[in-house]
Amino acid sequence: MAQHPKLSISGLNKSFRNGQVKVLSDINLEVADNEFVSLVGASGCGKSTLLAIIAGLQESDNGEVLVDGAPISGPGIDRGVVFQSYTLLPWLTAQQNVEFALRETRHDPKEIADIARRHIELVKLTRFADAFPSQLSGGMKQRVAIARALSYRPKILLMDEPFGALDALTRGQMQELLMQIWQEHKLTVIFVTHDVSEAVYLSDRIFVMGLNPGRIKETIPVPFARPRASEEGRDPELLELQARVLRSIREETAGHDVH
Amino acid sequence: MKSQTLGKASAPRRRKSLLSMGAEFPTTTYVGIAICAFLLLLAAWTIVARLGLVQPIFLPSPLAVVAKLIKLAQDGTLGSDVAISVYRISIGFLIASVMALATAILIGAYRFWEAAIEPILDFVRYMPVVAFVPLSILWSGTSDPQKFLIIWIGTYFQQALMFKDNIKRVPADFVGFGRTLGMSDLRVLMRIVVPSAMPQIWDTLRISLGWAWTWVTLAELVAANSGLGYRITVAQRYLQTDMAIGYILVLGVLGLATDQIMRFLGRQFFKYEKRS
Ligand SMILES: Nc1ncnc2c1ncn2[C@@H]1O[C@H](COP(=O)(O)OP(=O)(O)O)[C@@H](O)[C@H]1O
Ligand SMILES: [Mg+2]
Repeated sequence: MAQHPKLSISGLNKSFRNGQVKVLSDINLEVADNEFVSLVGASGCGKSTLLAIIAGLQESDNGEVLVDGAPISGPGIDRGVVFQSYTLLPWLTAQQNVEFALRETRHDPKEIADIARRHIELVKLTRFADAFPSQLSGGMKQRVAIARALSYRPKILLMDEPFGALDALTRGQMQELLMQIWQEHKLTVIFVTHDVSEAVYLSDRIFVMGLNPGRIKETIPVPFARPRASEEGRDPELLELQARVLRSIREETAGHDVH
Repeated sequence: MKSQTLGKASAPRRRKSLLSMGAEFPTTTYVGIAICAFLLLLAAWTIVARLGLVQPIFLPSPLAVVAKLIKLAQDGTLGSDVAISVYRISIGFLIASVMALATAILIGAYRFWEAAIEPILDFVRYMPVVAFVPLSILWSGTSDPQKFLIIWIGTYFQQALMFKDNIKRVPADFVGFGRTLGMSDLRVLMRIVVPSAMPQIWDTLRISLGWAWTWVTLAELVAANSGLGYRITVAQRYLQTDMAIGYILVLGVLGLATDQIMRFLGRQFFKYEKRS
């Protein structure tokens, strides 16, 4: 049997309001096992919609989404999601939030506390394990959300601008942490961002999405060794690639009235 | 040296700002102002009564009202009236709240039921509760079920719509999160959405409990032989103005007390909301 890609999307279209608003047009892409890919593109090009379709939270008009060669039917625990908005349950502590996910995904009750503790440790929040979300900073909340999404071992991690609401310094730390976890745990990640420098720092490949209708305009490999320098100290080749991605996005918005 | 004088000079300016818009001052000052306003009102009432500007049969002095209340408390009348009214509001409010919450979950989560039920709720909500009183007596006599019915009519429709709003405000991503864990819709609703809305639901309960006091009093005023509202009609019949005013004050205190209790419980239940 041939090796399937981890994720495979073919001929996918999506429109809203009974086909009046076409949002995604003929999406085709494949993501390999252990690969880290980013979706970048102008705001409104359909990045979140595409991610929600992969997660099974929205339905496409047609086309196929395959995970390990099998079509998805709705959401499932083979795909974990980290949302841009904070989705920690406010009445549970950090530890309990991870335990909640483990319980709902039917893990052995005897192991739940231990697995949760190890994932809180993974995102370096052991000191805050018993803190409620209201007592955590934005970055800490997203770290718990990552720990929670990883805890039940999904095959694919879907992240929709998870660091979009964070300040630049925290964002840098979060990117570094995510890289560490990705390398140690060999995850398959689909990462939505509009921050080109973030995409270049994290990804194996970058999908640049076009606007009106949303489509995969260009696939840009990022062939640089890891660990990569974040922001400062980047070599000229990497900066050149970054500029290229940015140009590709800009071309799309140039024709439109964007302020 | 100069900066010191400047610091001193700013002090009187701060005092002047007590009456300025958005002025901030310590809680003790706030409580002080509140007590002064209360005492002023009481003093005005005393003066009006003492000077005989109004006949005692229309407006007895505060002292006469308090004396009457003490007498009623001693002979047990006040206690049993409070007990029966509290019993009625508890049952009526509980029935209304449970039903309203169930309705709100249904119409908050399912478009079909929203379309089927919400317009009806909206329509009934604008019918004056008092207009239902004759019907309520026709349907359920003058015993306790009639009181429950009036409280229910007065609170259920408002609560259902407010609870629905509380539930709708839970961000869509919370539902998405639950679904990615493979939870069923019902489970997402009961384990994530409703608990997330709980602090707001509690607030709605607190506010609607305040209204329920009005409705139990109304029900007792028109058809009852016990309770706080009933005693006020008796007072009117026998021109016992002191008793009527005393009971109105008791109703005010009870409403205030339940509100404070609900606030206190809310702070205990939802401690996790506080950053510390
Ligand atoms: N539920 C919806 N109904 C109608 N239009 C929608 C809906 N959700 C998203 N859209 C539209 O689809 C387009 C893509 O949205 P989105 O996927 O959120 O873009 P991005 O995440 O790239 O900013 C936008 O123009 C948005 O207005
Ligand atoms: Mg988006």
